[in-house]
This record gives sequence, structure tokens and C-alpha cells, in this order.
Amino acid sequence: MMSSARPNGAASAPDGAVAVRDLVVERGDRRVLHGLDFSIGAGQITGLLGPSGCGKSTLMRAIVGVQVVTAGNVRVLGLPAGSAPIRAHVGYVTQSPAVYGDLSARENLRYFARVLGAPPARVEETLTTVQLADQADRPVRSLSGGQRARVSLGTALLGRPQVLVLDEPTVGLDPVLREDLWRSFHELADDGAALFVSSHVMDEAGRCDHLLLMREGRLLADLTPDELRERTGEQDMEQAFLRLIEREAALA
Amino acid sequence: MNAVAVPLGAAATGATALRVLTQLRRDPRTVALLLLVPALLMTLLRYVFDGQPETFDRLGAPLIGLFPFITMFLVTSITMLRERPGGTLERLMSMPMAKLDLLSGYGLAFAAVAAVQAGITAGVAFLALGLDVQGSAVAVVALAVGNAVLGMALGLFVSAFASSEFQAVQFMPAFVLPQLILCGLFVPREEMASALEAASYALPLTYAFDALERVASGTDFGRRGWADVVVVIGVTLLALALGALTLRRRTP
Repeated sequence: MMSSARPNGAASAPDGAVAVRDLVVERGDRRVLHGLDFSIGAGQITGLLGPSGCGKSTLMRAIVGVQVVTAGNVRVLGLPAGSAPIRAHVGYVTQSPAVYGDLSARENLRYFARVLGAPPARVEETLTTVQLADQADRPVRSLSGGQRARVSLGTALLGRPQVLVLDEPTVGLDPVLREDLWRSFHELADDGAALFVSSHVMDEAGRCDHLLLMREGRLLADLTPDELRERTGEQDMEQAFLRLIEREAALA
Repeated sequence: MNAVAVPLGAAATGATALRVLTQLRRDPRTVALLLLVPALLMTLLRYVFDGQPETFDRLGAPLIGLFPFITMFLVTSITMLRERPGGTLERLMSMPMAKLDLLSGYGLAFAAVAAVQAGITAGVAFLALGLDVQGSAVAVVALAVGNAVLGMALGLFVSAFASSEFQAVQFMPAFVLPQLILCGLFVPREEMASALEAASYALPLTYAFDALERVASGTDFGRRGWADVVVVIGVTLLALALGALTLRRRTP
């Protein structure tokens, strides 16, 4: 499952690693996503920013292929999102850690590695990457929130995914660990993976290569952090985002 | 990718069985209850029928085979239910895990537990309590394992319709007790109101009981006995298939 195992057409996917076209999602009778249209490039970190409840998680679920989609289409690595050949190449970390609390970190990783067909050695490597080697044999339930989040992140890293979808991965983590995780995100991107990271904390926007700003199920902007600063004349990301919303409101 | 699909499926099944058993091991109290309660109930029954050993002989063997059905129904529906809100089911569905591999993994794990449970119950009943059957004790244990897998398959299926563990527990009296009452254990079915007798033919436990009773009473197992076995296996497969249908990769 090295990079040679990438599915057909993945390397030459014209729209980048992820292509979202006219995506509409309704949950119940509420429209959560209103026709989104964008692409995510390989080898970079794309930040998805916006207030809580704006549809970030729903969008991420659609990209992973676990969300029922009303209209439009999502292609990942050149194939429909969630289709069998790409499932081994897409890593997904949900907001709350999706791991077995009664198993240890090592047991969790060992299980998911077998499901993914990843080599057993990958388990120990991943424990080191997420800095859990010392806590690897304690039941996940007894770990701290941040440690649990790292077990969940480790699970997504096991298969060396080409697309890594991370839903608020750094919430509740201490600053040192956040710094470390962002460093490993950049390393993954440097190795060619496409990372899609959501956050409702604007100060994380500066760490991304590209930004999607979202509000109430619509994309406000699709640009780089520098472009955002330029366009709004604000250095602070939080201020820049607010300025963008004001402008949008003025236009409406 | 096709070249690895087959061994990967078997690996995922095996890994899931191991994972479920490891989780169970983390909960020694549940294991003790699972393995010992049927034997204790059997002991209770032996002394309740102290003055009627023939009644104990008549009920004992079928009960060895029916206990695993009840416990596995409960344990499986709750274990499966826990995978949903925990997010681990969604994670598995985003991975290259076939639904039937997941269900087979569950089946394998709980069949193993059922074999131990039925072995202990049968050992206590035959060796310590003097239970007397005309047919083979090994056949009783084998049928018990089959019933356990049936209970597991039905438990997996109904877990899709429970949104909380409270509901799952209530499915036991709703789905299992009527079958137990109508299967012929308490009253021969031909003595029931004709509508109930007719209804009993539609319930899988009726066939499970019939096979057990044939072994216990030493009546010729014959074609009817094998037909019972075929029905139990058929319903198990049907429930597993329906269970797989209730597992959705995409959810609203």
C-alpha cells in the first residue's frame, strides 16, 4: 500500500485530489450545503474555516463518502467519493474520537491496520508519530481527551492516506502538541498527501496553504491566507474573516 | 486491487472476531455472567424439579441449546449498537471493510463464546446434575452453538432498529420471549390454540427447539431434524443478509 498502489487515474486527476461540484446536502427538511463548488489540491493543506454549525462536518462527511448527498457530485482521487478502490487511500478523523474505549491505543491501531491491510510495523511507527508510545497499552477510555484524539488521528494515518480529512483535529489540545501535529500535517502534505482540515478557530488559518471560508452552508471565499490578508487589509485572520462577512452582508 | 481483496476480507473478518473477543475480555464480569449464569440456572432448575427428574430431563437439554440464543441476542445487539454513536462503525464503513466481513467477524467471535458457554452448561448438567438425554450430548452442544449464531444474527439485525441500549434490552422480551413461549418448551405446540400453533411455524426458535428435543428424547432425528437444522441456518443467513442491508455506508 505504498504510493505505487494509488488507484488508477489518481495521479493525473485533473481537478486535484478532491473535486466537489454543485454539492447540495439536505438533512431532514433543512438544506445544510447550498451547491458547493471547489477543488482540493494534492500536496497541500486546505483549511475549512467557519463558525460551528455552518456545515463543515457535513461537507467532510460527503468527501469521505459517508454522507447521503442530495445533489451534485464529489470525486476523490478521480473516483466517486466513498467508492471501494479509494477507501484505503482516504483517512478520516471525526470530531469526537472514533476508537474503541475498552481497547488500548495499540490494540485499536492493530485492528484498524488489519482492516486497512497496512503492514503490522506501521502500528509502532504511528504510535511514535502521535506520541503515544508510552501510553500505548492503557485502555483508551482512561486516556485524556487529547490523547484519545491522537489515537483517533493515528488510526487515520495508518494507511498512509493520499487524502486526509480532519474534522477539528486540534480542539482541546495543548499548544505544544498542536504545534507538533501541525508540523506532522505539513510533513504529510510535503509527501504529496492532500489534507483537508476544519477549524472554527481562525488562528489556525495561517497554518494552511489554502483556505475555504464557509458560512451557513455556502462558500464565502476560496483563496490563500495571503490573498485573504490582501483582500481584507487585515493581518489578523479573525478580523479578516469578519471583514469578509461584513462585505458580503453589504453586498446582499 | 482485486488481487488483495479476498485475503483482505478474510483478514478483516478474523481481525474483527479477535477485536470483539478482546473487548469482551476487558469486561471480566460480563464474561463470568455469560459463562456461568446458564449453568447456575440449570442447577436451580435441577432442584426445582427435584421430585420430577423426568421433567428436568425433558427441559434440560433444550435449555442448554436455548440459553446461548438468548444471551448472544442481547450481547450482540448491544455491542453492535455501541459502534454507532461511538463513530467506529462510520470509521469502518469509510475503510475497505465489506459489511459481511464485519458481521462474520461478530458471528465468529460470539460463536466461539457460545461454544464455551454451552460446553460449560452441558458439562455441569450432564456430569454434576445427572441430566439424562437419549441422544448425543455433543449434538446438544453443536445445536447450542448453531442457536447462538442464530441469536447473534437476529441481534445484529434488530440492533439497527434500536437507538439506545434501553431499547435494545427491550427487544429481548419483545422478540425472544414470544418465541420461547411458543416454541414448545413449556407446552407442546399441538396443545396450543390453533392460531398460536400456526404462528409458531413462522418463528425460528420453534425449529431450534424441535431439533434439540429430538436429540434429547432420542426420537429419530431423521429428515425432520435435518430440516430443522436447515431452517435455523437459513434464517441465520437471512438475518445476516438483512443485517448487512441495515448497515449503511452513507447516512443522512
